Amino acid sequence: MTAGWTLFVAILVAINIGGSVWLMWVTASRRPGEESATTGHVWDGDLVELNSPLPRWWLWLFVGSIVFALGYLVLYPGLGGWPGTLGWSQQQQWQQQVAAVEKATAPLFERFAAMSVAQLRADEDAGRIARNLFANHCAMCHGSDARGAVGFPNLTDGDWQWGGSEDAVYTTIAQGRTGVMPAWGEALGPQGVEEVVAYVRSLSGQAVPAAAAQAGAERYQVYCLACHGAGGTGQQALGAPNLTDDVWVYGSDAAALRATVSRGRNNQMPAHLGLLGEQRVRLLAAHVLNLAPAAADAAD
Amino acid sequence: MDRSSTYNETVVRQFAVMTVFWGVIGMLVGVIISAQLLWPELNFDLPWFTYSRLRPLHTNAVIFAFGGSALFATSYYVVQRTCHVRLFSDRLAAFTFWGWQAVIVAAAITLPLGYSTSKEYAELEWPIDVLIAIVWIAYAIVFFGTLAQRRVRHIYVANWFYAAYIITVAVLHIGNSAALPVGWLKSYSAYAGTVDAMVQWWYGHNAVGFFLTAGFLGMMYYFVPRQAGQPVYSYRLSVVHFWTLIAIYMWAGPHHLQYSTLPDWAQTLGMVFSLVLLAPSWGGMINGIMTLSGAWHRLRTDPILKFLIVSLSFYGMSTFEGPMMSIKTVNALSHFTDWTVGHVHSGALGWVAMISIGTIYALLPRLYGRDAMHSTRLIDVHFWVMTIGIVLYIAAMWIAGVTQGLMWRATNPDGTLTYTFVESLAATYPYYAVRLAGGVLVLGGMFLMAWNVWRTIGGGAARRDVPVLAPASA
Repeated sequence: MTAGWTLFVAILVAINIGGSVWLMWVTASRRPGEESATTGHVWDGDLVELNSPLPRWWLWLFVGSIVFALGYLVLYPGLGGWPGTLGWSQQQQWQQQVAAVEKATAPLFERFAAMSVAQLRADEDAGRIARNLFANHCAMCHGSDARGAVGFPNLTDGDWQWGGSEDAVYTTIAQGRTGVMPAWGEALGPQGVEEVVAYVRSLSGQAVPAAAAQAGAERYQVYCLACHGAGGTGQQALGAPNLTDDVWVYGSDAAALRATVSRGRNNQMPAHLGLLGEQRVRLLAAHVLNLAPAAADAAD
Repeated sequence: MDRSSTYNETVVRQFAVMTVFWGVIGMLVGVIISAQLLWPELNFDLPWFTYSRLRPLHTNAVIFAFGGSALFATSYYVVQRTCHVRLFSDRLAAFTFWGWQAVIVAAAITLPLGYSTSKEYAELEWPIDVLIAIVWIAYAIVFFGTLAQRRVRHIYVANWFYAAYIITVAVLHIGNSAALPVGWLKSYSAYAGTVDAMVQWWYGHNAVGFFLTAGFLGMMYYFVPRQAGQPVYSYRLSVVHFWTLIAIYMWAGPHHLQYSTLPDWAQTLGMVFSLVLLAPSWGGMINGIMTLSGAWHRLRTDPILKFLIVSLSFYGMSTFEGPMMSIKTVNALSHFTDWTVGHVHSGALGWVAMISIGTIYALLPRLYGRDAMHSTRLIDVHFWVMTIGIVLYIAAMWIAGVTQGLMWRATNPDGTLTYTFVESLAATYPYYAVRLAGGVLVLGGMFLMAWNVWRTIGGGAARRDVPVLAPASA
């Protein structure tokens, strides 16, 4: 902030505070003979005013608040660019608080640094902390029971869109993921969308009109195969879901699939490494892997 | 009788009756949304009936429809009586009545339909904002025109406050509503980002300061001495607290943006001036309550006076609470919690609604040529029902707010938060139920009032022209 603006702010403050003090000063001084007398003005027949002196306790309250204000404006940043003698700022206060927490919790995480993800999965302390981390950072999308919601994957079913290995899960949490399904409505036309929807539903064994599914299969080869694969089993490297199972992030009924195919989908898992640091992300990866049923573990 | 030799009480009667009507409507919507917080199913899956659309309707209805009508009615009444002249222009006064009602009806239609600028307490879209500005300028012409024609030299203190409120609300409304229209019901604010937030809260907090405080202090300065039959306690206290109140209120807005992207210096000034504001705010309370000294015994028999005095007590309490909540350390706990909601209602129900209701009870019989309201007993019942309702409301929100604030900041030894957001919501539920009970009591009181007003007005013809009183020779 330039010196000119600082001066502008300081002068405005001075006028307001100074004006208040001046007004108090001139009205507080008692003049003989006016105690409990009316001002002599009369309105609306009989409305009159006394001219009682200002209550002392009120006057001191006012003076006290002004003294506090002036002191505060010396100590803290308030008068434009004046930084205050304490050098306080809200950013600095936040950094200090974060640093204090980091310092206090560092010993807790030291032990985990030497452990592998597999070891973390078996460690009771790690599990307890990871559950807290999950409640703070993951539950708002994936749910406090980790079973997800429409648009947010269920983490307890053992189905992994981006891979279920220790490395894949760690990377998903640390770097985030961006899932993009292109919009095919323009290219396919309404009829084409219906056919593709029918075929896709048939892949997971849902009842669909055979003719539409047949036509959809041909279109699938042109538009969908590149990501979802020839058999519809998806590709974890691209985050393309398996279409043959009963796990559906956006729903498996015709209406939901029609929206997915014609308008596409954009989904984002945010990156957490910068926010949480490596140790906490490893703890979360271990916890998320523990959420899946044991049998599904090795499969992916 | 020559028209200019009588008071214009038509417009006062119109606004007074609409005060009661909009009070019932606004508080009914408040009770509905308070029930929706407890039972979300009560939105019936109707978009226009959801909390998000009804909440601005509630705030606009109680502040601008109920409070606004009360301010129009009393300012028109007081300025005529204390200037000893008829209103400057009957036509313009009638225009302000119909114009203001049109604004309210337009708000009641557009807000549920989802048309909103998203600026709190300034949600209405630009065509309605333009109508508000025109009505307000007409209001200023009527008020100041009347003041200019006064037949007494000194301007009565109530009129200072009404004048400050009328001028400042015009500046605030026009300043904050500046926007670029892109359609009949869509516009973009003239300000962006943090500046927009700052302008919004400069408006928002001064709407509290000038609409909800200065305006109602004007009401207080006429009706408290009138009802108490006592002189105003201290002329010079009114001088000091008037000028300091209007000078210092202007700075308080940034306390709504503590610990935000607003630069530190602006946050600090917002806090410091909020603290300095305590004494000027209390000046009005002292002047009102001390005006009653020597007539305390009348509180036993006059429920209207109870309304007025208790409103001043709530005013003193919430103007103490406000500066405390502006302190950064306290704000870090209270911000975004229901404590804020409780604070607003101790001001809005305890101060604004109670003084308006007491004043309407005092004013209405005079406007309709009656000796008193139909039932004084019912006024007393209204007083107790409302007081209990407000105390339940505020206490519930205090506990809920502090609980939320503490839960949100509680941490585990591993540095994580102890509670998820939804846990704090679950902890709030019992207090939402208490708040709803308080709201139902307040609304119930309004129904009693509506019935009492109905019986007072309907009990036979007696509307008459009141001759303008000659000024005292003194």
